[in-house]
Amino acid sequence: MKKLMLGNEAVARGLFEAGCKVVSSYPGTPSTEITEYAAKYDEIYCEWAPNEKVGLEVAFGASLAGARSACCMKHVGLNVAADPLFTMSYTGVNGGLVICVADDPGMHSSQNEQDSRHYAEAAKLPMLEPSDSFEAKEFAKLAFELSEEYDTPVLLRICTRIAHSQSAVEICEPDAKELKEYIKNPKKYIMAPANAIGRHPIVEERQKKLAEYANTSPLNKVEYADSELGIITSGTCYQYVKEVFGDSVSVLKLGMVNPLPKELILDFASKVKRLVVIEELDPYIENFCKSIGLTPDGKNILPVCGEFSQSLIARALGADEKKYQMVDQMPIRPPVMCAGCPHRGLFYALSKKKITVLGDIGCYTLGTAAPLSAIDSVLCMGASVSGVHGFNKARGEASEKKTVAVIGDSTFMHSGMTGLANIAYNGTNSTVIIVDNSITGMTGHQQNPTTGYNIKGDPATKIDLEALCHALGIRRVRVVDPYNLKETEATIMEEIEADEPSVIISRRPCALLKYVKSNPPLHVDNDKCRSCKACMKIGCPAISMKDGKAKIDDTLCVGCDVCKQLCAFDAIGGEK
Amino acid sequence: MKTTNIMIVGVGGQGSLLASKLLGNLLVDEGYDVKVSEVHGMSQRGGSVVTYVRFGEKVHSPIIDKGEADFIVSFEKIEAARYASYLSDGGKIIVNTQEIEPMPVITGAAEYPTDALLKLSEAGIDVDALDALTPATEAGSAKAVNILLMGRLSKYMSIPEEKWIMAIKKSVAPKFVEMNLKAFALGRK
Repeated sequence: MKKLMLGNEAVARGLFEAGCKVVSSYPGTPSTEITEYAAKYDEIYCEWAPNEKVGLEVAFGASLAGARSACCMKHVGLNVAADPLFTMSYTGVNGGLVICVADDPGMHSSQNEQDSRHYAEAAKLPMLEPSDSFEAKEFAKLAFELSEEYDTPVLLRICTRIAHSQSAVEICEPDAKELKEYIKNPKKYIMAPANAIGRHPIVEERQKKLAEYANTSPLNKVEYADSELGIITSGTCYQYVKEVFGDSVSVLKLGMVNPLPKELILDFASKVKRLVVIEELDPYIENFCKSIGLTPDGKNILPVCGEFSQSLIARALGADEKKYQMVDQMPIRPPVMCAGCPHRGLFYALSKKKITVLGDIGCYTLGTAAPLSAIDSVLCMGASVSGVHGFNKARGEASEKKTVAVIGDSTFMHSGMTGLANIAYNGTNSTVIIVDNSITGMTGHQQNPTTGYNIKGDPATKIDLEALCHALGIRRVRVVDPYNLKETEATIMEEIEADEPSVIISRRPCALLKYVKSNPPLHVDNDKCRSCKACMKIGCPAISMKDGKAKIDDTLCVGCDVCKQLCAFDAIGGEK
Repeated sequence: MKTTNIMIVGVGGQGSLLASKLLGNLLVDEGYDVKVSEVHGMSQRGGSVVTYVRFGEKVHSPIIDKGEADFIVSFEKIEAARYASYLSDGGKIIVNTQEIEPMPVITGAAEYPTDALLKLSEAGIDVDALDALTPATEAGSAKAVNILLMGRLSKYMSIPEEKWIMAIKKSVAPKFVEMNLKAFALGRK
């Protein structure tokens, strides 16, 4: 049976058909739906881990116990999971273990454009790369086979255009996989120096065998056509190449990007006059080709930065390109905090008081946008908390009284806690604001350890943020409602003045959560409105100026009352 | 056969993803090779949303590039103009004339180009502009704008009406079927 499936859904189907038993992941665009779809299969135990390192270690534990397991993440998540990753390469697996990692060329929703293939090379792990949903499912299944056959974790790399594109998938019956026997084996699984020294040569030997496999694997296929031009490519770039050239040029499509198939590439190169490597991001395949004595075109004609397309490739290779209409520039439409977003009131207060804000990763990163423009830096998950400590150590007491960190509930659980322990332990009077909207918002509403529910929506232990902050050594922990501007502002001012570290929990559930009841929309009394635009300072998408007066869009407004608190003329009210 | 390219563009929250899903499933049922590509994530937060639907005998690339779209179905006025360079020579724009102000317009940093569609027509582009919001609201909900616009698109495609109706029944929750079929019929008029 054929079904149109998102690449992520297809990977999840592949996990299911391969008899995968345990999936532990942390959400991150564009990888999130793999785990969400996997959670729909009753046969797979799925969970949201607090971060990717935990997720991968859970998958390792499950593999050790004999189950097929997986962990899914976005590219930057692999940085967090890198520690177990590199040593799991030494231990190998018991049950097959697959790590799905989603890169984001073009940075549709990411903070950098790193290329995960370097991890496969550095950690000496096989990496497969599908080029559509059909392959996403097939490769996920094959990844488990390779994992068990070669005793290694296997990386499955996708990119945004694979993860979030739908194409036809052939649905198959799942394999019934029994748990493998667990046998205690210290030499393999205890990576203390004496044992690790013994394991390293095994890793090197495995790499050699995998490289041999790569030369003959059906994952890598040659499509010979013409001897003038030969293209080496993989993933979504293969589809762009086929779009431009059809069957008119020779193509070596790599489904396995680590290790790369030396003999196959040399043989392919020997049969074509011009060799071109077409790959998004870094010259990874290209550098390998150069290392084996070839001189392909690659990044000399194609960009390192950004996403590719069929036109981009056509342009680079001088193929026929489509003409198009030149059009006027439209005003940009950036993503914004939703009407009623609880983060808005907090950022308004911070912006008004001209406070330096070290920000973090989540919906609240949108606090950077005008008119709030309230954030000074955003680096990676958790960096706000550790960063504010460093900032204050460098700039001293005066800085402590005008600088804060802002981090979400899920991000705090992911990697903010250790930074907070450092503030308490190494002593700055830093102020950390946890914006607790009771959900992981930006990735589309995933549960986390502070929400009280698990991935299936069933009740789970709810971690008490106040108690946690106390336990991490912070005595001053305050809770505010960010819909109350006066209270929020006053609390911020009191806490940054305090002569000890403090945490403010700015708490109100995301306005988009189903259980959150909105209030009736507010309206502007045109007779009272003096056109002062005070209500426009919060950047609410529901408020605009029409014919010189403020106007509230009642299809968007959820009646949060934040704008009402800014109106000095009592022009905003609940009735028409 | 030549691959047909349909771009669906709009503003986060307007339901363009459901429209692309409906269209994708319909085309698969019709026996075509289909690829649908969308960008999630930040687009949920009121940003510009683009979905590509491509179908034919064999479709390779999941995306549509400038100069390639046979149809652009725009859920909002200036989104049509934003992506007009993606239209192929002889392509058609179907556009809901609803205006949704982007944040730079709300803050006064930019002006909303109300004459955007006029300019497209003046440039010789085939524009079918309609107010989808009013009839959708009359059909039962502003949310039915997406199905109403699919109704308009269906006029220009060769797939029989009853197949569209079947696809709608499969894609929307049972209690919304009647409303959406009404919206579809209004769009097709």
